[in-house]
Amino acid sequence: MNDDVIKVRGLTRTFRLRSGPVHAVRGIDLSVPEGEILGLLGPNGAGKTTTLRMLATLLPPTGGRAEIAGHDLRRDPAGVRRRIGYVAQSGGLDPSCPVREELVTQGRLHRLPRGEARARAAELAAALDLTGLLDRPTAALSGGQRRRVEIALGLVNRPAVLFLDEPTTGLDPGARAEMWDLVRRARADFGTTVVLTTHYLDEADALADRIVVVDAGAVVEEGTPADLKARHGGGSLQDAFLAITGRSVPDTAPVAV
Amino acid sequence: MLGDIGVVFGRYLRATLRSKTNLFFGMLQPLLFLALFGPLLTRLDLGTAGSSWQTFVPGVLVQLALLGGSFVGLGILMDRNLGVVDRMRATPVGPVALLLGRTLRDVVQLVAQSVLLVLLALAFGFRAPVAGVLAGLAFVAVLSMALAALSYGLAMNVRTSPEFAAVTNTAVMPLMLASGLLLPMSLAPGWLDGMSRAVPFRYTVDAVREVFLGHYANGTVAAGAAVTAGLAALCLVAAARLFRRAVSL
Ligand SMILES: Nc1ncnc2c1ncn2[C@@H]1O[C@H](COP(=O)(O)OP(=O)(O)O)[C@@H](O)[C@H]1O
Ligand SMILES: [Mg+2]
Repeated sequence: MNDDVIKVRGLTRTFRLRSGPVHAVRGIDLSVPEGEILGLLGPNGAGKTTTLRMLATLLPPTGGRAEIAGHDLRRDPAGVRRRIGYVAQSGGLDPSCPVREELVTQGRLHRLPRGEARARAAELAAALDLTGLLDRPTAALSGGQRRRVEIALGLVNRPAVLFLDEPTTGLDPGARAEMWDLVRRARADFGTTVVLTTHYLDEADALADRIVVVDAGAVVEEGTPADLKARHGGGSLQDAFLAITGRSVPDTAPVAV
Repeated sequence: MLGDIGVVFGRYLRATLRSKTNLFFGMLQPLLFLALFGPLLTRLDLGTAGSSWQTFVPGVLVQLALLGGSFVGLGILMDRNLGVVDRMRATPVGPVALLLGRTLRDVVQLVAQSVLLVLLALAFGFRAPVAGVLAGLAFVAVLSMALAALSYGLAMNVRTSPEFAAVTNTAVMPLMLASGLLLPMSLAPGWLDGMSRAVPFRYTVDAVREVFLGHYANGTVAAGAAVTAGLAALCLVAAARLFRRAVSL
């Protein structure tokens, strides 16, 4: 399909260590239509973060090709960067930096003029319920609040594609539900395509239009949550996952990674 | 590109201004040398022109640039571990702008600290012409830029902070001692004096000593300027390469 906003073909990444090569990603194909919320589901070490970092131009692929929002990953990484937002698992906040400063500077890094960067910061703060927190250093925020700031930073340039690496890991149930709501709103308000990784089945089930199951660096199954359940015995997603990977993943237990 | 450098510079300058303790602790070591070591020299014959302060203060300033510049890499390692570096790299701002914006902040910080040290030294009895002090600060600025940039390039290519600190300490301490910063190499035995001629900072500090005496047009100043500028060019190129290599796509 030609209007896919993400096209990935045969993407691989091998880390060369003294102890030998680590084949973190062994050949991933993805096609993501505009406006989709895609869940990359897989156990720890499956290669989700490595895949996302490659798509966000942060890690050179060993092989394969990708096109994101019309820009070729290898030939035009700067073009890709203009059109994406990326929120790492570790978040990427400076603890001593106030929220407003982070937001405005991020806008300026995306080359918004100063006034526009300020306006964008205020607008995002209002949308993400951060207005009262703008003058606090990020170290003085709760986990959920910090996550919202990180998402706001990822949305500063109104990206075509937002990459979220385990956006709810470590959050309490209330904050997780809030995060799901926020991701849906980003899609509804800005038409943002969202690719998120998770190892929570309930999250993939509740949030993703489509799930791609990754295991040992390769795509092992994909479909809507309903598809997967139906294909693998008509039970829960947990049963489907077990059938696909031969392994169970934590359902809702807040596993720290 | 210039705009990008400015944005990065502004962000880190504001970070520096927020943490006043850092600003002070960065100065602590040269300050202690000035206050607790400098007075020991006032009655010694260093074999140099002018008061002992005129020999010693340039050493303290170059020491500040050397120590303050070399360890800035720790800051980017912290940012890297927090994911701040990746977040900035996922924007259109290129690696060289990220490098130079930060480096420029360090230059401003180290020059500001140098000004404070010079003012304090005045209270101890240090005297120098204003033009000489300005020329000396220019040397400090160029040297700080060279070392800070290189420090970032190196930091982005090591895995952990302890590894970075070990490498940097191992390189900086001998260089500092072998360049005649604290006491002039005119006091050194022949072999040490000879060795110190291979250390670029020696030429910087000797040149600063000259300009603090009000001598601007002589071979020592010219050599200092040439060596310092050459070192800066080399360090910047190496730093840009190291930085690009660590983050390239
Ligand atoms: N920088 C690296 N160097 C070496 N191996 C790595 C590196 N990053 C990830 N890996 C390895 O690649 C595999 C996939 O990791 P990752 O993409 O982080 O998985 P996930 O995000 O799905 O948990 C793991 O085996 C991990 O140890
Ligand atoms: Mg991961």
